Formats: sequence, structure tokens, C-alpha cells
Amino acid sequence: MDVTHPDAEFRAFLAQGRFMIQRSKGDGAHVFYPRVVAPGTGARDLEWVEASGRGVVYSTTVVRKKPPEPSYNVALIDLAEGPRMMSRVEGVDPAAVAIGMVVQARIVDQDGEPVVVFDLAEQPA
Amino acid sequence: MSDFPRGRTAIVGAATFGQGKAPGYESSDLAAIASVMALEDAGLSLADVDGLFFCHPTDTMGGLSFAQYLGIRPKVTDNNRTGGSAFQTYVEHAAYLLDAGAIDYALIAYGSNQATATGKLVSTVQPMRYEAPYRPLNPVSSYALAAARYMHQYGATREQLGEVALAARQWAILNPEAFKRDPLTMDDYLASRMVSDPLSVLDCCLVTDGAAAVVMTRADRARDLKRAPVKIMGAAAETHHREIGWLEDLTVTAAARSGARAYERAGLTPADIDVVQVYDAFTINTILFLEDLGFCARGEGARFVQDGRIAPGGALPVNTNGGGLSCCHPGMYGLFPIVEAVRQLRGEAGDRQVADASFAIAHGNGGVLSSQATVILGAADA
Repeated sequence: MDVTHPDAEFRAFLAQGRFMIQRSKGDGAHVFYPRVVAPGTGARDLEWVEASGRGVVYSTTVVRKKPPEPSYNVALIDLAEGPRMMSRVEGVDPAAVAIGMVVQARIVDQDGEPVVVFDLAEQPA
Repeated sequence: MSDFPRGRTAIVGAATFGQGKAPGYESSDLAAIASVMALEDAGLSLADVDGLFFCHPTDTMGGLSFAQYLGIRPKVTDNNRTGGSAFQTYVEHAAYLLDAGAIDYALIAYGSNQATATGKLVSTVQPMRYEAPYRPLNPVSSYALAAARYMHQYGATREQLGEVALAARQWAILNPEAFKRDPLTMDDYLASRMVSDPLSVLDCCLVTDGAAAVVMTRADRARDLKRAPVKIMGAAAETHHREIGWLEDLTVTAAARSGARAYERAGLTPADIDVVQVYDAFTINTILFLEDLGFCARGEGARFVQDGRIAPGGALPVNTNGGGLSCCHPGMYGLFPIVEAVRQLRGEAGDRQVADASFAIAHGNGGVLSSQATVILGAADA
């Protein structure tokens, strides 16, 4: 299936509870954000694949708000498949999020829109 | 081999106007005043200008609007918007066009009234749809992510970032045109309000008004003009990304490549540079660019700026006008480092003059470490 409306398709998948990214059939490289042409190669062979949702915090910041408005985390997450995305890590103090933490994606509803956020992953026993 | 017209074009006029607060003026008014001041400085007039290099804070067709405002009909109008690095790219493009004979006199100008008009950074930038849901406080959060990564990777400290802010302020105190000239201590820095960790208010550039302009021509014509020409030795640029998530290594920017190409074109090395102007939108920028431009080794930048090394009296004079941190930052700052380099190479920088400056570097940054552009300038007798 040719990808012709990458953003709409991405959001439709999210609404179904699926976090999908793209992969170029030619070289197998994963791509995020969704596009119709693969970056670097120009290949028009991008297909949707399910992301594992596994990632590692590459960098992190806390956007400081005036109380009572809560400060919040903004992070760059390196997905296991290769691409990096901006997101936030939830479920911990925003300042406790640290570079190198292993995280797992979760889809949440934010003002009526499905959005990918991350939780700390269960550490292997 | 490089086909860059090394030393064959020059800046022959330079001016700033309204740095800080300039109430009552529109952005184009400020840019127009700086433009005629720069032309007057060169001994030229508007009628001489046949190449216009301009971007307006909010008018995306500002190159056209500004030609109309000035009443000129340029043969070349470069209205590119690579952010704050646009002005360095204008110098590069103008050098080629002048040397090819396509134009004879290039006017490069910028002005913004953002501080008195709105009190905050004015920009045309639209939030990126894959960043927007996470509400980064841009541009601060993007640079904060770079700073956090740098600190993690190299063990750098807030105090080391603070050294950059303190040095900028010490230079600003020596510059009568600078906006922030009250003394700044490390305690002040460490106590300043956190905005997006690890960057606090005093890690961020100012929000001011201001305008700047330079006039370029070929070196043969420059000899007949009023002022000693400042030669364009080399210039180069590289666009790497738009949003911060697409910079693979947040501690290395495309300045490493724009700088290397500019040095090659100039036939110079970092050791030849006497005075350094880099676009310090945030304290981390200065550290990253000192590394990228070869003034210290990778990962050494934070230690390099310690002990006043880049402050007045230090081994390497950096951002001698006070920079975006303490002199002015009217939205896009890239032209101000160029004007300051010209003033240093002309020997007209007053109390902040660097002795015997022969070569200067003026580095521009656009977006969020996205577009990098480097200009290397030489004094008339260098």
C-alpha cells in the first residue's frame, strides 16, 4: 500500500491503539516522522510497520511553569528501530527522568488526540 | 581547491542602530536607518545598491517590502530565511555574486522592534506537528536538550555554562551600545530562575530591539571608498535539520563543517583567528561552537571557557560586543557578530578593542542548532 497521506494514516493508526512507524523496503531503514519519500535515498517505498515502542532517553528537560501549573518533562527518545522522536516520560517526577533510561511507549488521549508518551520500562529481572 | 573569491570582496560600510529599546519604530524603520548609516560609513548612497540581502522578522516577503521602502530596484534580492545564520549566508552569496560581476554593491540589513512591540521573541515559525503535543518551550527547550546531553556526555556543570554568561556581561560592560551592562556574578547566575532545565533565564539571550547593516563590494572598488575595507577571506554554510530531534549528536553541530570549509576557503586555521564572534542564543552555543570551530577539542569547551579565558583579558576574546546574551538579541542576531568583527578589524572597538586583530570569525546559527554559517574576515592590511 502506497503511503499517500502519511500524517492522517499515522493518526488513524494511533486512534486504533497502534504506534506505527515507516520502513523503506529497499534498505530496511526505519523512518520517523511519517513521509511519502524516504530521507536521504528518495525512495518512494515506505511502508508502515509496528514500532516495538521500546526506547532509550537520549536527552531530557523540564519545562518550568509557575505553580500551581505543573512543570513537565520533554524528552528525546531513541526508538529501538533507530529513529528519534520528541515525547515525554510520564509516571515519574519530570526532573527524575535521566538520559539512558529505558522506556516503553504508551498511547494516551490528550485533548481528544491520541499521542505517544513513554513510561519507564520494567527492568529485566 | 576552493573557488571562493578569497579576499576579493570586502565589507566597506557597517552600522548598528537602536540596540536595546527603540520605541516608536517599526522593524523596517530600524533596518532602513542602519542601512543608510552603513552606506554613509562607506561613502556610498542608496542609488549604488544593486544587491539586497534582507529578511524581516515577520514579513516573509520582506526583501521586496524593504526594496520598496528604500526606493531601490536591486538586480539580486536574497530573502532567504535560514534563521539567525541568514546573514552569514548573505555574505557568502554576495561574495560570489560580486566577484562574478553580477552586482557591484550589496546591502545586507536587518532590523526588529520585537522588544518594544511585543516584549517577546517574534517569529513566523509554526510549531512542528510531531513536537507540538509535547509542548517544548521553543527555542529554549531545544537548546536545553542539547545542554543536558552535553553535560551528561562530558560532565559539564552549570557553573561552566555560567562562565559564558559572565564573560559576555564583562564584554558588554565595555560596550556603550550594549543593553545589559550591570555587573553579573556567579551567585546571580546560579540563582536565576530555571526555564527549561538546565537552562535558566541567564543562559538565554536577551529580547531587544535593534538593527544592523553592512555594505559589501569588490576589493578593487573598496580601495576607493572612505573606510579601510574588511576583507571576506572565506565563508561557508550547512543546513542540517529543522527540529532538534534530527540532530544525531546534540553535542556536534554543522558548524564543524561550515567552519572547516570556511577555513579552507580562507587558507587559515583557528590559530590564525584573533577575535571570535559566535551566535550565543544560549550559553551552550558558545561552548559548542568553540569546539565545532576548532578553538578547543571535542568535549573540552566547558573547561575551556573557565577562569575568564573568553572574557576581557583572557587568552581568546569571544563575543566582544557582549553577544546575544548581554549586548542585544533582536530575534535574529547573525548580522551583529559580523558588524562587531568589522569594528574589531578596523580597530574602532574602543575599550573592548582587541590589540592587533588581523583575522576574525563571525559565526551564525539559525533555528535550533539547525543552520550553521561561518564567515572569516581579514583586516585591510592582513
